[in-house]
Order: sequence, then C-alpha cells, then structure tokens
Amino acid sequence: MENATTPGPIPQGEKRSFTFARPPLLMVLGNGARIGPVTIAYETFGTLSAAKDNAILVTHALTGDSHACCLFSGEAGCAGPGWWDSMIGPGKGIDTDTFFVICSNILGGCAGTTGPSSQNPATGRPYGLDFPMVTIGDMVRAQKALLDHLGIAELVAVIGGSLGGMQVLEWCVRYPDMVRAAIPIATTMRHSALAIAFNEVARQAIMADPNWKEGNYYGSARPETGLAVARMIGHVTYLSDQAMRRKFGRRLQDKQDFSFGFDVDFQVESYLRHQGSAFVQRFDANSLLFITKAADYFDLTERTANGRFLQDLTAARAKFLVVSYTSDWLYPTYQARELVQALKRSGRDVSFCEIEADCGHDAFLIPDERLSTLVRGFLDGLA
Amino acid sequence: MDLPESAKMRYDLQIIASWIAQGSRVLDLGCGNGDLLAWLAADKGVKGTGIERDAGKAAACIARGLSVLQGDLNTEVDDYPDRSFDYVILSQTLQQVLEPAALLRSLSRIGRQVIVSFPNFSHYTIRLQLLLKGVAPKNEQLPYSWYDTPNVRVITLDDFRQFAGEVGYTIVREAAINTDHHDRQGHRVRWCTNLRACYGIFAIEKNSPRALQ
Repeated sequence: MENATTPGPIPQGEKRSFTFARPPLLMVLGNGARIGPVTIAYETFGTLSAAKDNAILVTHALTGDSHACCLFSGEAGCAGPGWWDSMIGPGKGIDTDTFFVICSNILGGCAGTTGPSSQNPATGRPYGLDFPMVTIGDMVRAQKALLDHLGIAELVAVIGGSLGGMQVLEWCVRYPDMVRAAIPIATTMRHSALAIAFNEVARQAIMADPNWKEGNYYGSARPETGLAVARMIGHVTYLSDQAMRRKFGRRLQDKQDFSFGFDVDFQVESYLRHQGSAFVQRFDANSLLFITKAADYFDLTERTANGRFLQDLTAARAKFLVVSYTSDWLYPTYQARELVQALKRSGRDVSFCEIEADCGHDAFLIPDERLSTLVRGFLDGLA
Repeated sequence: MDLPESAKMRYDLQIIASWIAQGSRVLDLGCGNGDLLAWLAADKGVKGTGIERDAGKAAACIARGLSVLQGDLNTEVDDYPDRSFDYVILSQTLQQVLEPAALLRSLSRIGRQVIVSFPNFSHYTIRLQLLLKGVAPKNEQLPYSWYDTPNVRVITLDDFRQFAGEVGYTIVREAAINTDHHDRQGHRVRWCTNLRACYGIFAIEKNSPRALQ
C-alpha cells in the first residue's frame, strides 16, 4: 500500500497529502470492497524527534478536518483557526514544544482525503454512492498507512472526541502495539438508538432533497437544503437543554413580537439556520451520509462478545484517560462508564473524569482549561 | 515512624504507606488529592489506582499523572477482577459507608489485603462530652454536628476488632494513633488504645481462601 517516496522535512501546519493503494495494490475495506488510489490529507504540528518517539495522533469528529490547530496565526499558509486551538499548541494540553502532532482528514471525508466527492478512477466522475461503505476501522487503517509513510512505529497517544473518540478506541484494538496511551473523549463504544435515530433523520433530510439525485449532484445544484437541515438536527444534539436556555431562551430575533408566520421569530431558529447555511459551504452531503453510517455501524462491544474481553484486544501497557461531560445527551456519561467498566474488567490502567459543563456534547471543542489540564497531566504522567 | 519524605502527608497515611510493600498494586478508595498514591508511586514504585467521588479532586489527581477514576467507591469496586490488587486502602471512610460488611467483602475479593483507617468514637474526649454534657460529641477528628455529619457509622477500635472477626477476617496488623498539627504529625498509642487513640488503622485478610470465580 505504501508509495515509494520518503517524506522530506515536514513543514508545520501546512496541509499535505499522501497517496497510497495505487492500482493494482488497492486497499481492501472492512466490507470486502476495494478502493484505490487513496489520498490522505494531513497536517502536523511540532517537531518529530530523531527517534520518532514523540508522535501524538489527533482524530477529528464527524465534520472536522486536518486543521486541528493554527500555530502561526497571521502568517500565510495557516488556513484560519484550527478546530482544537484551545488544546494543541506550545504549552497547551498537547504541547507542540514536546510532541509531534498529526491530524488527518478521515477516509470518506471531504477536506482533501478520498471520499464520495473524489474522482472514481473507474468512471472519471465523482464516486457519489459508488463510494464504498467505509467503516471506522477503514478510517483507522488509512491513518496507519499515513504513519507508516511518516516512519512512525509508535504513538505516545491517540486522542479525539466524539467520532474521533471511536477512532481512538479502534486504534487501541486494531494496532495495540502502536498505542502507548489513549484519550477517548465524549464518545461511546457504540451508538445508542437515540444517536442512530438522529443520524437517520439527518440522512433522510439529505436524501429527501430533490437536488440529491441519488448522490449524483456533482457539477449541478447541490442538495443544500437537505444538508442544512441535517446540520441543524446534528447541532441540536451537540447542544443541551441548559445551553440552549442560556444562549437563546425564548428570545426573539430582531423583533419585538411574533410574526405569526414561518419566518424566523426566535433566536434559536436564526442560529440554526445560520449554522445550516454556513455548513453547506464547507461540507459534502454524501460524505455526511457515509460518515454517519460508519458511526452507526461502529460497535466495540461486538468485538468483545463471545467471551473475548478488551484485554485480548488492547495492549496491557496502554494507559487510558476517558472523559465525559455532564450535559452530553448524545453520548451520555453512562456510555463512558461502560467503557471504563470494560477496561477495568480487562485489568487496564484507566482514569476517568466526568467534567461538569452545560454545553452538551460539543463541550470538548469549547476552550476549557480543565480538559487541557487533565490531558497535559496525563501525558506528563506517561513519561 | 521514620518517614521523613512523607512528612507532609496525613499521619495515618504515613503509617499506611509504611505497610505497603515495594512494587505492589494498590487501590486507594477515596484518594482525595492523591497524596498517598503519589508518594507510593515515587518512593515504593507502586502501581496505584485511586477512586474519588469529587470531580475536582479526581481531575487534580489525573493532572498529577495518577490513575484515578471519578465515581462512587461502593459501586466502582465491583468491576475489578478478583485479586486485582495487593492492597486496597479505605482511609477515614468506613464511618461513612452504609453497608460496611458488604463493602469489605468486595474489597477482600479484589485485594489480597484490605487496610482500613477510621476515627475512634470511644476516645475519652468523646466519652466525656456525652457523659458530662449530654450532647452529641465532637472533637478534632469528628468535628460535625449530629445534623450535618457524613459519618453514619459510629465505630470504636474494639467494635472493629469484633466486627472483623465476626465477618471472617483476620487482623494481620494494627496501629492506634494520636495526631496533632492538622493530622500531619502524630504518634503511636501503645496502651488503652480504645480510650486514648484518635484513629485506628487495621490491615485485614479474609480467613479462608475462596474459590476464584
């Protein structure tokens, strides 16, 4: 799968790409389908040590990308703020003065990595629904190919929230010998019916858009309405009752009275519409279909069935830090506790903290010194 | 006690630390700010885990690099496989446990030895307050009023010795101590311990070997 070129010095914070699985050496996916070539878009932050032993892999959530942080604000080459600037940087939770941080766009995404909007070599047109159904495992195997390419044989830690947390767990069971420590945040071993339900509503919103056209919309009008509605639904699940009461309450948007119509009256309506329309500028509807399905299919407990425990799947030396949030109703704390329970039963070294926050599932993305302090201390303790 | 390195630690924890063997596996229930675990890791190469109910304290422990789980010790201990630890430590918490016998059963399942410390409710200052003043007694170790105390179990050293025997444990080691100076310093009490000691510390083991599940 590896391509022949060896990487030169890696410029920090610059989006790069790596292509592997060039025909005929296609990547065989979890469901048996074959795909290739596969391009991975990635960025790195900090300096890789000579021994290549200071690497941390950051895995992004559903709609994230490789731009996890912006080390050089104001300078050319940094594409605006990163999605985890509060966590990654010099002296921060993940200290780029110490660690070499890698973040890559997930397989199936639409921010530079091969996904349904990429060109299908068989047809010369975008894949659309011909894109194979990739799994979290496939995403992680693509990340592994990137690390092989970078010559990194061991990771100090894999860290990520939400769907990124699923990738963290997948790393632990798929490549246990490569992972010294794992930090799954605001995540779950498997989706609840509630989480699947919201994903299904989001998918239906996209597929009900007449512009979706069975996924063949590239080069014509895109299913923006459907994608915007999908984002609005998703966004509600990332917030919480408390956060919405605090942020919006029943306040009206730029008016004193109800309009008694279907235009925006409430601030929360205006906010969601804005979130939806901003999202369609940067995200592909088919990617959302594929990635939400991959999240729904993910099930770590299935792998521990039939008398197998996480101890058979993870490395004994691996240390875990599991973090959940009090107001996360998408992946509530009881799901984090199930993970902690499974790790304890397997004799794994696990720490757990439920952070009190009213911001819902998205809390892990919101600057919070508590999470940074936890992560920094945990990483220090590995030495 | 000759433990100069641990002088900043609570005195009962200094005693407990001195009982822990080098390189052993330790579970500290109600580990607070993690002083004992940090000391054991640094000075005895102990592989330690803590359980702490308070989120802020648990987070502070993790930020120190300790392995600590935020949760209720009564339920958290259920998840560990048998004999996961060499020592399970329950310091100054037994008096707040609703079902001490059930908890001790759990602890002796997951640990080879259980070390328990608690304030002695038959200290003479306590006895005199009840006898002479007729009010619910308080002292430095038991500073609460009847209406706000978290201590739901009134234990004396003699009570614990009897209890341990009745529920099937052998006391393999014990210390009675008096403390002063915010509990950071203290001394051993050698005679009339039930009357004169502020705290009791006991290391207990289950009497008969049980079949592993």
